[in-house]
Amino acid sequence: MTVKDIFESMDYGPAPESASEALGWLADRGGIAGHFINGQWGPLRDDFASNNPATGEKLAGVTKGTADEVALAVAAARKAQPKWAKDGQARARVLYAIARLMQKNARLLAVMETLDNGKPIRESRDIDVPLAIRHFYHHAGFAQLMETEMPNAESLGVCGQIIPWNFPLLMLAWKIAPALAMGNTVVLKPAEYTSLSAMVFCEICTAAGVPPGVVNIVTGDGETGAALVDADVDKIAFTGSTAVGRIIREQTAGSGKALSLELGGKSPYIVFDDADLDSAVEGLVDAIWFNQGQVCCAGSRLLVQEGIADRFYAKLKSRMDGLRIGDPMDKCIDVGAIVDPVQLAEITRMVDTNTSGETYQCAAPDGCFYPPTLITGLAPADTLMQEEIFGPVLVATTFRTPTEAVEIANNTRYGLAASVWTENINLALDIAPKLIAGIVWVNATNLMDAAAGFGGVRESGFGREGGWEGLMGYTRPKGKMAKLTAPTAFTTTDGTPADPLDRTAKLYIGGKQARPDGGYSDPVFNKSGKLLGHASIANRKDLRNAIEAMAAAKGWSKTTGHLRAQILYYIGENLSARSDEFATRINQLTGTKTGTKEVGDAINCLFTWAAWADKHDGAAKGVPIRGVALAMHEPVGNIAVLTDDTRPLMGLIEPLAPALAMGNRITAVASQPFPLAATDFYQVLETSDLPAGVANILTGSHADLAPHMAAHANIDAVWSFSTADVSHVIEAKSTSNLKRTWVNHGTARTWPSSIWRAQSTEVKTIWIPYGE
Amino acid sequence: MQTMDPKTTHLPQVQEPRNDGIPLDLSWVKAVQANTSAIERRAATLPGRRSVKKDYQAAWLCKAISLMDLTTLSGDDSEGRVKRLCAKARQPVRADLLKALNMEGLTTGAICVYHDMVETAVDALRGTNIPVAAVSTGFPAGLSPLHLRLQEITESVNAGAKEIDIVITRRHVLQGNWSALYDEMAQMREACGDAHVKAILATGELGTLRNVARASVVCMMAGADFIKTSTGKEPVNATLPVTLTMIRAIRDYHDRTGIRVGYKPAGGISKAKDALVYLSMIKDELGDRWLQPDLFRFGASSLLGDIERQLEHHVTGGYSAGWRHAIG
Repeated sequence: MTVKDIFESMDYGPAPESASEALGWLADRGGIAGHFINGQWGPLRDDFASNNPATGEKLAGVTKGTADEVALAVAAARKAQPKWAKDGQARARVLYAIARLMQKNARLLAVMETLDNGKPIRESRDIDVPLAIRHFYHHAGFAQLMETEMPNAESLGVCGQIIPWNFPLLMLAWKIAPALAMGNTVVLKPAEYTSLSAMVFCEICTAAGVPPGVVNIVTGDGETGAALVDADVDKIAFTGSTAVGRIIREQTAGSGKALSLELGGKSPYIVFDDADLDSAVEGLVDAIWFNQGQVCCAGSRLLVQEGIADRFYAKLKSRMDGLRIGDPMDKCIDVGAIVDPVQLAEITRMVDTNTSGETYQCAAPDGCFYPPTLITGLAPADTLMQEEIFGPVLVATTFRTPTEAVEIANNTRYGLAASVWTENINLALDIAPKLIAGIVWVNATNLMDAAAGFGGVRESGFGREGGWEGLMGYTRPKGKMAKLTAPTAFTTTDGTPADPLDRTAKLYIGGKQARPDGGYSDPVFNKSGKLLGHASIANRKDLRNAIEAMAAAKGWSKTTGHLRAQILYYIGENLSARSDEFATRINQLTGTKTGTKEVGDAINCLFTWAAWADKHDGAAKGVPIRGVALAMHEPVGNIAVLTDDTRPLMGLIEPLAPALAMGNRITAVASQPFPLAATDFYQVLETSDLPAGVANILTGSHADLAPHMAAHANIDAVWSFSTADVSHVIEAKSTSNLKRTWVNHGTARTWPSSIWRAQSTEVKTIWIPYGE
Repeated sequence: MQTMDPKTTHLPQVQEPRNDGIPLDLSWVKAVQANTSAIERRAATLPGRRSVKKDYQAAWLCKAISLMDLTTLSGDDSEGRVKRLCAKARQPVRADLLKALNMEGLTTGAICVYHDMVETAVDALRGTNIPVAAVSTGFPAGLSPLHLRLQEITESVNAGAKEIDIVITRRHVLQGNWSALYDEMAQMREACGDAHVKAILATGELGTLRNVARASVVCMMAGADFIKTSTGKEPVNATLPVTLTMIRAIRDYHDRTGIRVGYKPAGGISKAKDALVYLSMIKDELGDRWLQPDLFRFGASSLLGDIERQLEHHVTGGYSAGWRHAIG
């Protein structure tokens, strides 16, 4: 093509970024990616190839980490951790140095990332690498501030971290920066397709003065990851598919290892008829064609208001025609290569299997590329509207009203992100809290920053990365866990009742006292063998009924904190009026004289949480945009609790009060040996204006009920403070809907209110760019 | 190639039916939205998404010259100054460089002057296909009496201007008086006769991008052949967000009416790299058809100098200096 020809055609032409520096870097190091343990490379083996997906050429050999090698890395991390945890200011300087050195090596990192992953160089250069750097700068600050601003927090220890291939360096930064800032040491396993930018990062760590053993990288595949999950680590942080997240949850169940999961999504992208349609179309380019759609928070489900759908689709198709697909190293490319032929085959299979709607596709070059695709006219029932494709495929449907938009948007197992496009601030700010998601973007998409929390609900996982809330995942409150001993119920009887009037406690479900489905109850005796009464034995059907009552009481979650405070105060007031009666009951049940104190504690607890009900403020995050990122606290939803059975009343009140204060609905199972204080409490609830179904109380066997609680898909969190050995089964069965779990592993302590608040809420980050 | 063939012309009417306008559709105007943050994000990321290198860059820069309204709009303009500019329009780049690029015959898109200088410019450009554009209607404020503004148009057309750059009454936009804006624009269009009319919105004085978008639509409905950002005299002139807003309005107008309206950013575009970004924005948002002088112009005075230096660098491999290129 001559200049004259181009003058006529006005084509873009090639604009290649050079690969030579990055390839040279690999060659200089023997062309093998492998372990970085205790500040040393090795062993390095060519166990499998890491290919450039755009060309199919081998970039490097990769070492497949063995369980022994993982153990070596964990041991190195273990050894280095105490010293690393000691000095936050020293950590801050090291993290700052990492950020500076990443900046100096930004081009090498970007090119390496694009070669290895296939994403356009524009994205790795302008998005991935700058965001990764920002993460280290921001967390250098957290390291600096930890001692003064988080005086009650301490590091967890050694964190095992497993990251995906879609943002190899950025996910590494999201994992390593907060862990290191909080004084943990790490063993990180990059994804098997994409280990190379982590290699560059290791050298940066050495240059930045990261002490040996603080950052360890073990390369490998899923088996290596499984070995890391099994290793002697204090936490597993995983980002990846929901399927693997489930396996990890099951594998770590009962181990006492902390876990955070950032999993898949099918995030809705909602366009109202008053939106700036051209901007909404452009937003979709960044939502679903960014990184070839291989983004967990991709706006992959387009919901358009009916009246504008045809016009919107026409604009969108025209925009798709302008997408440039091809060599990711070209600076003028919008959509690069799919990470691996395996992934390409999976995308192809999913789209080819679909028979619904109308499909519109761009042209794509031969090789490991998939054309940007739009499928309109789908219904929520279509598989592609439900399943994550993890490719550049957008599926679309229409809605009529804001209510219907929310209904369709929330009709999913996932809950990671959502976009809302409207010029009406009333509508935007009404919709955002109603969407089941960890992140909502108003008139924007895929905005991320180190200062803002990122993470999901439902099967998109739990835990947040970024911001103060992200630090929760890498710290615990100082203080020791005490061994919890199970109390024994009094079982011998002298054949006479303590009170001649027969009292059989029923279950408290949906604001009513209900007979147990099984029709059985257990006698409860005092120390001297007198019958105190009978407690119903709840079975899984009673549990189901309680959960349905909780679900029906969802209005509670929309009440104001002020109202919830009033009701909690009222409960406290009514309990106070019956203090003596409850104290006597507790003394009778436990055979001790602690009743008065326990009742006093319970009233105090209710008042404390009444106080908190309207004071657990959210935050406006200092993100680098013109706009705000609101961190809003939302209730978790339906919480099921196995209470601390050593304290008949306080065991119930301690979880109930914060859960209710934060707007959750709760089903609590009373102390198994001492159930009758909780059953007496029904009357207190009944006289305190608490709406029916908000709090439900069961009696019966903790061990029998635990697996059913954990498996129920309409419970959002299960807590156990029980002395029964149920932690393992709860964590293992929670994989049904990947609910949050908070279990005690047979230990106990007094948790600070910050932990109760964190466990009772989700942080939703709502990004609102503004400007007229 | 049009610059090589004297039989073709830069004039819009040859290639594209003119925009005769449509009745004022207020429901359309009021439904127009422009989300500033989203528009700014698109504008901010575009330079990183598009890159034109080597021969392609040279060709694109030549294209930018062919799309340039080489402009002088100063109180001290004289016949001599305008003649000098016209000479530059005929030979915008040193002959040896154009020869090396095989782009001989390249001229600028037009010359843009005040009414008083139209005759001088027409004379100086005789024998070329370079049209003369006149800024009329009480430029730049546009607040002289309407009948005088219309009279000025007529006189500029009579003096030989083929294109008339009018300024709208900003007040009509700021007050949401769309019918007044429509009527004014329609009268000016009528006064232009066969000359093409470019409507200057003075976007730096319209307050919001939403106003820019709505004013764009109203001017197109009233028959503007081009919509243009600025007089060059406002505190803020052409910007990428404003450009995006206006060309999206043009695209919408084309989608709904089938009529292509041209776009002219003016003021503040002085670097070759900026010109490339503008061209890629036009290419990506409107399509290649708009990369012709009948549908796109740069209003610029100092841009050409930077492009010349870049072209010399392309030809010789060495960085150039301003004094190696003729002034206009």
